[in-house]
Amino acid sequence: MPLAEVPNLVPALPEIFLACAAMVLLMFGVFQKSPNAAEEANTARNIGLVAVTMLVLAVLLVAMVGGTGEASLYAFGGLFVVDPFASFFKVLVLIGSGLTLVVSGDYLKRQGIARFEYPVLVLFAVIGMMMMISANDLISLYLGLEIQSLSLYIIAAFQRETLRSTEAGLKYFVLGSVASGMLLYGSSMVYGFTGTTSFSVLAEMFAGQGGHTPSVGLIFGLVFIVAGLAFKVSAVPFHMWTPDVYEGAPTPVTAFFAVAPKIAGLALFIRVLTGPFGDLVAQWQQIVVLLSIASMVLGAFAAIAQNDIKRLMAYSSIGHVGYALIGLAVGDAAGVRGVMVYMSIYLFMNVGAFACILAMRRGDEMVTQISDLAGLSKTHPLLALGLAVFMFSMAGIPPLAGFFGKLWIFLAAIDAQLYTLAIIGVLSSVVAAFYYLRIVKVMYFDDVEESLDQPVGREISLVVLGTGLIILLFFVYPAPVINGAQAAAAALFAG
Amino acid sequence: MLEIGLSHYLTVAAILFTLGIFGIFLNRKNVIVILMSVELMLLAVNINLVAFSMELHDLVGQVFTMFVLTVAAAEASIGLAILVVYFRNRGSIAVEDINVMKG
Repeated sequence: MPLAEVPNLVPALPEIFLACAAMVLLMFGVFQKSPNAAEEANTARNIGLVAVTMLVLAVLLVAMVGGTGEASLYAFGGLFVVDPFASFFKVLVLIGSGLTLVVSGDYLKRQGIARFEYPVLVLFAVIGMMMMISANDLISLYLGLEIQSLSLYIIAAFQRETLRSTEAGLKYFVLGSVASGMLLYGSSMVYGFTGTTSFSVLAEMFAGQGGHTPSVGLIFGLVFIVAGLAFKVSAVPFHMWTPDVYEGAPTPVTAFFAVAPKIAGLALFIRVLTGPFGDLVAQWQQIVVLLSIASMVLGAFAAIAQNDIKRLMAYSSIGHVGYALIGLAVGDAAGVRGVMVYMSIYLFMNVGAFACILAMRRGDEMVTQISDLAGLSKTHPLLALGLAVFMFSMAGIPPLAGFFGKLWIFLAAIDAQLYTLAIIGVLSSVVAAFYYLRIVKVMYFDDVEESLDQPVGREISLVVLGTGLIILLFFVYPAPVINGAQAAAAALFAG
Repeated sequence: MLEIGLSHYLTVAAILFTLGIFGIFLNRKNVIVILMSVELMLLAVNINLVAFSMELHDLVGQVFTMFVLTVAAAEASIGLAILVVYFRNRGSIAVEDINVMKG
């Protein structure tokens, strides 16, 4: 007589694999004898390469697990779910993390912070993000979020001998903990007023209520959860940590922050609001609309005055979150499909743009001022062309990919008769075009004062080339992304 | 004889949670106080969860509390570690000194 059944862990296979890989790499790094700095950097490089390989293998595992069945798979007693929606976002997170790891090696080595902990911490953060994306319970949501956040706090302060990086880590830690606290308080209220933490049970419960106004305590909890999540995706008015952390953290870390946690946070946002609270759309729609408008407007106007390109990218990412939240505010399959397409394109634009920023160094010093880009078209014509493509794409100029991302979102908003959102979105993207085009102007029409260093590293060139081609040629063959997003969004609303 | 019910527990938790939030945003002195305020917020949530768990006769709330306690410990240790490296660079942990980047 067996005491317990062997649980079916197959749905969580990619996470389990990555967790084991990360722990093995950690042990390997700890027990590796590295007598001098050069050898330590070498170990770090090798572990980074293995980590990238592990991320690629995890993409295959996600595809394998997601490809076994068309419906949702559950594990850990229903706390963990794998559906096409989760698989789509997991692939995005894995690609984003892999690419940022690839471009970071050179920078870390030059700054003397090429330590093996960096790729290991990135792997742990990725595990947390994948758990967030697959969360089907308030407990697994919280644990995934914390696994991600705790790793991110550390890598924000990774350049531990500089004041800016440690200050970024400290600020991120304090504000992130407040966000976690608010999210938890909201979770406890939802648990208390419904008696369950499971997303599936919550969804059934609200579907049965047939549009009845829920209790005040529940609404209170929902507002706290939304505030906590808005903090994690840096939507206005919960954005105050973003510019400082982006500016202070080492540039590869900023690139990682701009891509992976943001995509995972939006996935979680969509899952929580359309899943368990899907029938309370009347209660949360107004909040999301406000968050979206405030983020778009602030992202457009605050970036104009910036001189530091990392700070500019921080405000730009706040603006992009605003656009993505339009799709969530719509709250149906078309809106969610819009967000998914938008985030896929956002991923490649941002990785490409940050790869260009990582190539900015002068006299072996990294520089991040926009004025340092002056005359880049004469000294580095290809790099300038790449950055120009990403900037035009972020501004949403057709036929580049960024235009299509915005198009799907605005079409969904117009179909749902959210005209105010669509109009403010178009206007703020016009304002935002100003500062994106300013960078292009500085690169192409200003005179060179002091040239940036040649040559650009091989990894960075390859990533800029690859992402640039994807952004340029997206309109030729958009089917894989659009169809994948369509199927995933449909699955989210079917079940 | 006054009976202690769910609402009393919820009130205590709400007061502690509010104290935690105010401790973070109004405190101008020391980052350690901020770390203590964060703990206060998490413990307020724990009181909430256990009170609800008893009221609902459901164990999930107490399981959740266990997880929150564990994560809070990890979070405090990481916060202190970051604070130590910050202090080595800045030589101070006063809140008004955390101002290299204006934001």
